[in-house]
Amino acid sequence: MTDRAMTGSGSMMRLLLKHAVLLGCTYVMLYPLIWMISRSFMPEGQIFASPSLIPAEPTLENFVLGWRSTQGQSFSVFFLNSFIIAGLAVVGNLVACTITAYAFARMEFRGMTLMFAVLIVSLILPLQVLILPQYLVFNQIGWVDTFLPLTVPKFFAVDGFFVYLMTIFIRGLPKELDQAAIVDGCGRWQVLWYVIVPLCKPALATVAIFTFIWTWGDFFGQLVYLNSAEKLTVAVGLNRFLDTTGSSFYGQLLAMSTLSVVPVLIIFMLFQRLIVEGLATTGMKL
Amino acid sequence: MIEATRTMPPEGGEALPMPRRRAAWFSLVESPWFFMAPWLVGILAFMALPIVWSFVISFTNYSFSPNTQFVGLSNYQTMLFNDPRFIQALRVTGIYIFFGVPLQVAFSLLVAIALNKRFAGADFYRAALFVPSLLGASVAVAVLWSQVFGNPGIVNSALAVFGIKGANWLNDPRYAIYTLIALRVWEFGSSMVIFLAALRQIPKELLEAAAIDGATSWVRFRFVVLPLLAPVVVFNLIMQMISASQTFTQAYVISGGTGAPANSLLFYTLYLYQKGFSNFQMGYASAMAWFLLVVIGCATFLILKSGRRWVNND
Repeated sequence: MTDRAMTGSGSMMRLLLKHAVLLGCTYVMLYPLIWMISRSFMPEGQIFASPSLIPAEPTLENFVLGWRSTQGQSFSVFFLNSFIIAGLAVVGNLVACTITAYAFARMEFRGMTLMFAVLIVSLILPLQVLILPQYLVFNQIGWVDTFLPLTVPKFFAVDGFFVYLMTIFIRGLPKELDQAAIVDGCGRWQVLWYVIVPLCKPALATVAIFTFIWTWGDFFGQLVYLNSAEKLTVAVGLNRFLDTTGSSFYGQLLAMSTLSVVPVLIIFMLFQRLIVEGLATTGMKL
Repeated sequence: MIEATRTMPPEGGEALPMPRRRAAWFSLVESPWFFMAPWLVGILAFMALPIVWSFVISFTNYSFSPNTQFVGLSNYQTMLFNDPRFIQALRVTGIYIFFGVPLQVAFSLLVAIALNKRFAGADFYRAALFVPSLLGASVAVAVLWSQVFGNPGIVNSALAVFGIKGANWLNDPRYAIYTLIALRVWEFGSSMVIFLAALRQIPKELLEAAAIDGATSWVRFRFVVLPLLAPVVVFNLIMQMISASQTFTQAYVISGGTGAPANSLLFYTLYLYQKGFSNFQMGYASAMAWFLLVVIGCATFLILKSGRRWVNND
């Protein structure tokens, strides 16, 4: 506001200065990431020797060699596994959280208040408290070292946060629409499918995006449940790569690190507005 | 509604069986409990049962062996009085939260205020500065961080330009934890976004009125903006504190799962992981998990309580 009120070269200078400062700060903040990308394209010997961010002789060698990995499985397998797990988690959360949220938002039944309280409590339960006994349960039924412990619970709406988010969203929709549909002879499932779901698209997109980002970035759960090389995800695979070869081949390690964040960065670029609004309006933590 | 259809007089002879058969499964499938069923099963099987179970085994020496014994409070006793590594884990996590969380929240507030005004390019800066928090908890960034503070590393190369010889940050128990605090502050994006949204809610008239009354920008910030933001500050502090107390990935990846150097990166969750999944001392690890749960619960309660005191005088 004050910028606009000022006139002439004074305001111009101020604006330039402001952008210079901001650009400088942003550059410093992002420097590690830029460095990581730039080093991925450099031959091993130059990684710490070269002062420049632009590779003098850019090479794809790090990507080619790193992709093969050294654990008997290439990153193709890790990426495929990560996509399968994240994909199933997204589907599970979309279906289960919507159904549960619809009941919370639109139905009256005994114990509803109590259940909503349980939902709220489940939001703050730390994963670390649950994972030990969950592991014991899954170990008992032979699910350890499969994708099941990482995906099946999503089909039971265990991500209370998304149930909460969807509930609030559905409560905000006009009730008259459901009532009109019921008068027309729709059952609850039809109301859900034909009235609620189409109106919930923004909320559903938020759920899908955050589920994907969180599942992709999850390390603790995947580390605990996945062991065999052919079942590893990108996160766990990258960590094992670090343990086995990483300390001697920085270039490959940085190249694979770069690739491992590409899906999340693409999603961020595509859905930036939804992500930022989702965070701001719900206060969830990335 | 369903009762009504059933008691309605049939209009035509052939139509009669249809609604009745429909009513039977209809009332089941349409009942609220049918909608609630998946969540109920999930909460019971994946939350309630594990929670109760972990409470029970925290009083045993369970470690996947058949001869499990009830050991009373001994896990808790060992933990609190006889396990220097546990105390170290508390210390590391405590230092991390004590410095990392307030610094991160303060920094994100500062940046949010700088980016609050509308100007060409504001969206670009917001998006760019958000990226670190998007990737912050990933293995990739943990890997990167050991290059940032490695020796040779980015920070030391930068220091070398000024003729300063940097320390071996990650291998020195005095400094290692501070590199992770730096990482926490670096992930300020999501707090920033929440502050930006809150700043947008502040009525312009208030600030204009204050400006007309001659308030300097600092006075406006201190006496108009900050009191209005207080609940959001508290919210960010709690959320960040909870997530900081569960820090795992960075510590695990950077220390190779050991908490090295000299246990200076032995975060609480990392120690819990070692106890549960490396030593298979499930009883002990469960006791640790319950301790964490109680501490997080109490801390949240206290912050909310103390927060209310100064949130209310706006």
